[in-house]
Amino acid sequence: MAPIIEANNLRKSFGDVEAVADISFRIEKGELFGFLGPNGAGKTTTIKMLTGLARPDGGTLYLGGIDCTDDPKAAQHLIGVVPDESNLYPELTGLENLCFCAALYGMDKSRRQARARELLDSFGLAQAADRKFGSYSKGMKRKLAIAAGIIHRPAILFLDEPTTGIDVLSARQIRQLIAELHRLGTTIFLTTHYIEEAERLCERIAFIVSGRIVRIDSIEHLLQSVQGKHMMEISWANPLAHGENLAQAFPELTVETLLPGTIRIESDEPIHVGVLVRFLEEQGGHVLEARRIQPSLEDVFINITGIKGESMRNEGGRGA
Amino acid sequence: MKGWIAFWNIFIKDIRTYYLKPPNISWGLIFPLSWTGMFFIRSGAGLESIPEVLPGVTALSVLFGTTSMLAVTITFEKKNRTFERLLLAPISLELLMLAKTAGAILFGIANGFAPLILAGFAADLSGLDPVIFFLGLVMVAVVSAFLGLFVAVAVQEVFEAQTLSNFFRFPMMFLCGFFFPIEKLPVFLRPLSYVLPMTYGVDILRGAVHGGNKMAYGLSFLVLGAFCVGLFFKSIGNVRRNWII
Ligand SMILES: Nc1ncnc2c1ncn2[C@@H]1O[C@H](COP(=O)(O)OP(=O)(O)O)[C@@H](O)[C@H]1O
Ligand SMILES: [Mg+2]
Repeated sequence: MAPIIEANNLRKSFGDVEAVADISFRIEKGELFGFLGPNGAGKTTTIKMLTGLARPDGGTLYLGGIDCTDDPKAAQHLIGVVPDESNLYPELTGLENLCFCAALYGMDKSRRQARARELLDSFGLAQAADRKFGSYSKGMKRKLAIAAGIIHRPAILFLDEPTTGIDVLSARQIRQLIAELHRLGTTIFLTTHYIEEAERLCERIAFIVSGRIVRIDSIEHLLQSVQGKHMMEISWANPLAHGENLAQAFPELTVETLLPGTIRIESDEPIHVGVLVRFLEEQGGHVLEARRIQPSLEDVFINITGIKGESMRNEGGRGA
Repeated sequence: MKGWIAFWNIFIKDIRTYYLKPPNISWGLIFPLSWTGMFFIRSGAGLESIPEVLPGVTALSVLFGTTSMLAVTITFEKKNRTFERLLLAPISLELLMLAKTAGAILFGIANGFAPLILAGFAADLSGLDPVIFFLGLVMVAVVSAFLGLFVAVAVQEVFEAQTLSNFFRFPMMFLCGFFFPIEKLPVFLRPLSYVLPMTYGVDILRGAVHGGNKMAYGLSFLVLGAFCVGLFFKSIGNVRRNWII
């Protein structure tokens, strides 16, 4: 079967800034595909090219088999877009916004109303249906933006950093909504700079750095590369004991200092905790915690891109 | 059919959220009416000169009303990104821009009726040709709207739109015969009058009010039509080039 999205060698520069250098990928129908990269990597620019808001400087683009390379509007009836910042009307109510968006896709009045109500219900926004969008909280705004993006039941949904800048609870609800849409068969193209989010939601991921895809693979395959690794995090109370000393004493371990008094250790062999704890105690550190951690996508990302994980962590931090 | 549902809803939304707001309704009226007042005071003319002044005031109301509104409905929406949603809709840019200007055209026509109604109370307008007046008014509204569109898509900020509009609007006030007949302009300025669309609009309205048109209606309508087509497609070209980045 032909891929539902096919991008070949897409490029886009703004003056001297090469936002997207050379990007190619194929996405199958029904897939939940993640575009993971730090701020400024070119994620939004890629979405703009895919949705008809930016013209590629080079390359070719097919959506649903339609050639959109020269006609950015050719496949817009197939897609729904949730931008990184709200583009709904602050002076209209939630319900009015949804009905207006539905009308833009040619839905007739009775279907618009019914569908808008249905979405407001399932997004937990029924109470706020008649309030002005401008008065919504950030989380509510994002949810309404997603509702507006799927009001016409698009085959492909583009989500640009759907959980960035909103509260934890809304973010969780939004991830559930995305998973549900995926289950119902919508093809989803999602960008994020949260590694954990990509790992939880997506089936396949492209790592994008400085406008280039450095790796594109299924989560399963990506995780295999770190599966054999052993990892620990150790923290202690007296920061006089330094992680560097430990690194010198145990050259077979890879030691990364996360915070003063907190290190991450990586090794191909099983790690002997007792020896390390004793070493740190002798250095004057009072060890508070030593825990084994499952290698995650973050470690894969660090290995492949060399970018430190901190900038790409959820507000909640690394966790189960 | 689907496209027209989109068209109609964009049009209705703009009417509701912009054109029916009282501050905006007054925009197109206060300015031209103060100008008229100034004209009467300055020239010392009496009410008998109302038919003389009506065509200019009408055209001016329409021009200021439409061009100021498009700075909001287009430039402002571009700035706060809601215009992006319109660009994502599966309708052609032509239809989208017609929808965005349709409200302004209607608003302009409504603005044009206000001075007519006021004049009707104060002066004898029995010589007025309603069909030509209405057609002329529509044409003036359309050309003003497309002029506003042209300006609105050429800039990034709302205040820039107002500034650039003034760059067109104020010279037109003097050069297009709104208040002073073109024949009274210095000879070297007169050619300028004839490359500005409002000259033809005002002339049609003048003909309709008291039969004083200097050019044949056919010619004026033709020139206005050409301006409309040119400004519209130029604006769409600008959007395609600059807004789809
Ligand atoms: N309209 C624009 N004009 C100039 N530079 C831009 C524009 N849009 C994006 N860029 C630049 O292109 C690069 C990629 O940006 P973007 O695609 O927004 O990244 P991301 O969404 O991954 O954070 C950045 O360096 C950004 O500054
Ligand atoms: Mg972005």
